[in-house]
Parts: sequence; structure tokens; C-alpha cells
Amino acid sequence: MQTGLEDQLGLYQKRIPIFTRSVKGRFRRFKTSVLVLAYAIYFLLPWLPWSRLDTPAQAVLFDLPGRRFLIFGLTVYPQDVIWLALLLFIAAILLFFVTGLVGRAFCGYFCFQTLWTDFFIWIEHKIQGERPARVRLYRQPWDREKVLKVGGTHALWMLASLWTGLTFIFYFAYAPQLVVDFFSGQAAAAAYITVGILTLSTYVAAGLMREQICTYVCPYGRFQSVMYEPETLAVHYDARRGEAAHGRATARAGQRILAERHEKGLGDCVDCGLCVQVCPVGIDIRDGLQYKCISCGLCIDACNTIMDSFEFPRGLIRYDSEQNLASPTPAAPSVHWKRLKSIGYGVAVVLMSAYLVYSVATRGSFDRAVNQIRQPLYVVLSNGDIRNRYQIRITNKATQEQTYVISARGIPADALDLGNFREITIKSGHSGLVQASVRLSPAVAAQIQRFELVITPLGKPAEANTEIVRFDTPGKRP
Amino acid sequence: MSEQKPQSQTVQTTGHAWDGDLQEYNNPLPVWWVYTFYATVIFALVYWTIYPSWPLGKGWIGGVSDITYVNSAGETRTHSWNTRALLLEDLNRAAITQKPYFDKVAAMSYEQIAKDPDMSGFILSAGKSLFAENCAPCHQAGGQGVIGFFPNLTDDDWLYGGSFDTIHTTLTGGRRAYMPTFSEVLSGEQIDQLANYVASLSGIGHDTTKAAAGDALFHGETAACYYCHSSNAKGRKDIGAPNLTDNIWLWADVPATDAAEGKVAVIRGVIANGLNKGVMPAWAGRLSPEQIKVLTVYVHELGGGQ
Repeated sequence: MQTGLEDQLGLYQKRIPIFTRSVKGRFRRFKTSVLVLAYAIYFLLPWLPWSRLDTPAQAVLFDLPGRRFLIFGLTVYPQDVIWLALLLFIAAILLFFVTGLVGRAFCGYFCFQTLWTDFFIWIEHKIQGERPARVRLYRQPWDREKVLKVGGTHALWMLASLWTGLTFIFYFAYAPQLVVDFFSGQAAAAAYITVGILTLSTYVAAGLMREQICTYVCPYGRFQSVMYEPETLAVHYDARRGEAAHGRATARAGQRILAERHEKGLGDCVDCGLCVQVCPVGIDIRDGLQYKCISCGLCIDACNTIMDSFEFPRGLIRYDSEQNLASPTPAAPSVHWKRLKSIGYGVAVVLMSAYLVYSVATRGSFDRAVNQIRQPLYVVLSNGDIRNRYQIRITNKATQEQTYVISARGIPADALDLGNFREITIKSGHSGLVQASVRLSPAVAAQIQRFELVITPLGKPAEANTEIVRFDTPGKRP
Repeated sequence: MSEQKPQSQTVQTTGHAWDGDLQEYNNPLPVWWVYTFYATVIFALVYWTIYPSWPLGKGWIGGVSDITYVNSAGETRTHSWNTRALLLEDLNRAAITQKPYFDKVAAMSYEQIAKDPDMSGFILSAGKSLFAENCAPCHQAGGQGVIGFFPNLTDDDWLYGGSFDTIHTTLTGGRRAYMPTFSEVLSGEQIDQLANYVASLSGIGHDTTKAAAGDALFHGETAACYYCHSSNAKGRKDIGAPNLTDNIWLWADVPATDAAEGKVAVIRGVIANGLNKGVMPAWAGRLSPEQIKVLTVYVHELGGGQ
């Protein structure tokens, strides 16, 4: 049988609206605290003042035109890109590590898509009311009430999106000045474009698309599923307990008490449907582990509330491992970290974090690049002496002006000629160039292949930096 | 297959039939395609209005978008948008950015420039590009020159002097070096004697008897070399006559051969044939005074400045 042209399956599936019921419980509290903490950091950090000598007083400022990133007392320059690489590595491995242990915890509690969606749902809830009210509003025709409530929701979403976009650009310029410039039309075009794109994408992603982002757009959600193992803790419905011999059943008279239900062979699930109503991705956890599940734990809260009201034991839906659920005698769920993979990831995270901290803590106050001038490699002078020249670039990474002294080790004292710059003073964040030349007689040059150039910040001999350089002569082959 | 409806009932056909039952579908274009097409038409119309588009008589429709810039003379110029005007705008913006530095160069003395870390950084980068554009074709990228053709600017030997002022004079007015041909006035034997004497001045292996005879010729009126190279053979910087007593060779490629015989032979060649190729062009009209000043300091700082 061949499918005709007219009934081809579309590649696009229309979004089915989800109206989530609010719920109280442990996981809801945790999610709310993460949300409040994350928002406090994201929205307030650009406004935190920080006094510096010659830069804007903003604690975190990514100064792109100045090619530096000011993060509290730390100034990061583009050449420190290795720190960013390390940070990304650590983040990736941490994600693997956590997912192997407790599933998609990042998706459920920390991902910005989840946070912003949660916040937008909260706005929707405040204006349009609880789930039944929102469903009713959705079904009713476009009357005055619906226009006001839905319009108001979207307006607030837009406002939240705008402030999200604005906050993002506040990290890239002095925020108090930028906010004035932005609204008086004097900010750079890049600012308006960035805010425009971020406002729109936040509004669309958190307001309109929501779980579609996680289901269809986000690659992390998909590839995290391959990190699940039988030991991994995930949000599970205990089907054995919930369904028993004759399946779930509502709590009608005669089957309200656990003993009565067990006698009839009914499961503990009273089929109230609350776990489905609270789910932000609109799935039924009782169908088993699904790729759409972001493991936010809200269904656990919902089920526990019901279990409590019937005085049934909690944990019909709980964090548990596939292995434990399948075993004939399930133990209390626990984190199984004693696995080669988990330990390996854990060790990798610890090692890389330690190296990052070490690297940041022992960063020098200046950078230097010493290049031997290659055109020409050497010059024979009129009395037969040989001269090599070196270009030394010093970048002052400290917060104040600094004078640097250049000296040499391994060559006669008078061989190094620094011209006018035996000492060079460089402003904070700036670079200075020094041309050094070394002049040796052929007899001495024959014995010297390499020597050391030493760059010392004046008054700080402990921070001296040594660079080994070549000395080339005619006839000496490398 | 048996359940499939005849295609002609589900999709409209063009109505033509060939060979009895061969028909042609009349499928509409996909909607996305049609709208994309309309969008490109609208895009083209907008583009034509903004940017130069159609030829019109001897000119063209310039479009409403234009480029305005201030040129180096301080005049404001406006062109309809084109890539050449875009380049001019870029060049002029760069020139305006550089202007304060060039103004500082003009105002400062050579010594002040060389000692100021900020200015010396500017000289190194601006000088490098000026040198690469104007000087490197002869003197090579690093100023190392080519033996037999172009002097090395990085050593400590200068034909016309290595102070800021003499370098500036050389750059501004150019130089022209000349050495007469001696094969017509001297015999081959005399030239050989002179060559041995010149070799002896810088400690190259030579025939002492010939060198002694060459010494007499050098300081006598027959060859009269001392006129230009001076009696101590250290040359004269005012006319660019080279110092013959040091280890640096420009015209005779002495370092190229290891054998003393060969070294004397190349010296002999220079004496016999003379030289008429030491031409340094004058840059006064081609580069601005500030650019010449930058180059002066740059060349001075290549290592040989005195």
C-alpha cells in the first residue's frame, strides 16, 4: 500500500498548549530557590560597584573595546583564553558527571530555558489564575476579559524579555551609563541589535515555544540520554506499586484505604492525574522514562501531596534507578557513585578545577613575548663582531603603572644593548616594545648557542620572568 | 498499488494527453517557494533604491545610500555608495587616527622620539609599514640589503653617515655613488697590485709584494685612490666613498668566497670595471616630511644608528 500525495505526514507538529497546575513541595522549593538565586545573580551583578584605579567601577565588566574582561579583582586578557577553554571543559565534564549520577538535573533545575519558562509560567499564573481558570480562558471567545488577561500576560513577558536582553548588554559596558544611553537613543547599534534579538528570542523561547525548545531544539537534552545507566537516578513511577495486579483505580468508596485496595489487587495510584497536570512538558510519567522528561521533580511533589492526603506512603513517584526498580527487593534509592565512569568524571572535574584555580592564582602581573629578529638573523659589524637583535613586547596586566628592567644572563655584561630603554614604564593594560641587541665577538659567539633574557618588574624581583633565546652566527647551523 | 486512485482524479492535469494516456500534472509551485520568490523581488526593489543599480546614459542610478567622509585636507566629501568610496572612507579614517601621532612626530626632536616609549612603539609599526612599502624592494624586508647592490642598514657601517641628520639627508635628497673604471688607465698587473693592497687593509690573505706596490699606487698620482677613499683608506662620508679597512663589503662580494684568491679576484673586478649603480632615489616629493621623519628614526633604530 502506498500513501497518496494528499495524506503525507507533516514535519511540523502544532504545539499543544500546556496549562500547568502549581504545586508545593520539596522540589518546587528547590526550583524556586535556584530561580531566585540565579535571577539575583544575573540581574543584579552588573549593578555591583567595584572600585578600580582607571576603569569603570563595575564588578563584572566585559570590556570588548579594551580587549579585557574585568571580573571583580581579576583582569582577564584575550591571551588567557585557556581559562575559558578550561571552564568550558569543566562545565561539560560536570554535566556528564551529574547526568550519570542523577539524570538531567541540569535540565530540570538549572537550565536557563527551564528558569525563564518557570518565571513566565509564574507570571501567567498570577494574571490568569490556576490551571482550570487558564483552560477556561483559553476556550472562551475573545472577549474583554480574555484580551485584557492574555494581553497583559504577553506584555509582562515582553517586559521581562526586554530586561533580560538589557541585562545581558549591561555586562559589556558601564551599566548606569548604558541604561541612560540606551533609552535616549545614544547607545551603539550593536546594543540595540543584541537587545532586540535577545528580547525576541527570550519571549519566543520562554513564552511561546517552552517545552518545544527542550524537545526539538536543544541538543543537550538528547545527548544526555546516552549518559543514563541502569544505576542512574531518575524520576520514575513505581509501576509495581502503583498498578499492582489490577491496575490503578480512583479512590471511590470502598477503595480509599490502602488495606482495601491491596485486598482488591488495586495499585496505590489513585489516578488523580495531578502528576500530568503539573508537568511542564506535558507528559505522563506513569508511561515510563521519556525523552521529553526534563526531570524537574514537580510530579514527585504532586504525587506526594496526594499520597499524604490519603495517608498512603510517599514515593510512588520518586528518584530511583532502573536497576533498583527492577530488582525483586528494591532498596532505598541512593546515589551510586562507585562506578568507573562516575569516578573518572569526578577526578577529571577536580583535576581541571584545581588546575584552573592554580593557573589563575599564579598568573603573572605581566606578559612578555620575545622574538628574535629574523631579517637578518645576524649582522656582521665593521670590526667583525656579530650582532643579533630581539624584539621584546611587555604587556602590563597589573592594575597600576609599572617599570620593567631587562637584563641578560649567560653573555658578557656589556654585550646587551637596550638603546634608550634599559628601563621601560608601561601603563596598566598597555604594551611596550623594546628592541634589544646583543653584540659578541666571533670567539665568544662561537661558544654561545643560547642565553637568557630576564624581565623584572622594578622592585618585584620575585616576579621576574626568564626567556631563553638563540644567538645566531654566520656558519653556525641550527 | 491496486488501492491507489488514478492520479488524474487527485491532481489537476494540464489537459493534454499524448500516446493515449500520457498526461502532465499541473502541480502548483510550493507555497514557500512562491513567497520566497516574491520576497526576492521586493528585496531587489529595495536594493535598487538603496545602492547603485542601473546604468543610465553615461552614468548610473546612484541609490539613496551615500558615504560621507572628511579627507586629509579637511574637506567633506559625499559619494553615492560604492566600494571605492568605502575604501576612501576607511583610508581617511585611518589617516585621521594617525594624524595626532604624525603631528607629534613633526613637533618632537629625533632624540625625544627615540626615547618616548609610546612614540617608539608608533615608529616601529608605522615605520615598518612605510619601510615595507617604499624601501624593502631594494634594502629587503629587515633592511639587511643585498651585497653588490643595496647597502645593509642594520650594520654599523655607513657610506654617508648614520646620524639622524645624515639619514634624513639621504632619504630626502637621495644619493648617487660613482667609482670610475680603472681598466682603461691601469694595467692588469697594477689592478692586481691594488686589489692585493685593499685585501691587506682588512686582513684578507694577500701577496705582500704586490700589496706594497699597490700601496704606492693607492697613494700615488697614477691611480690616486686616496682622493676619494682618503689616505688612511677609511673613506669619505661626504661623497659616500666606502671605508676599505673594515669587515663590511657592499660592492665586492668578498664574504661569498672562502679562498683568498677568489676574494682578491672580486676586488680586482670592482677596481677594473668601476661602479655606476649606487643610486638611492630622492623621497622628498613622494613621502610627506613626517613620513620621512618616521623612516629616519626607524632606519636609525634598525641597529646601526649613530
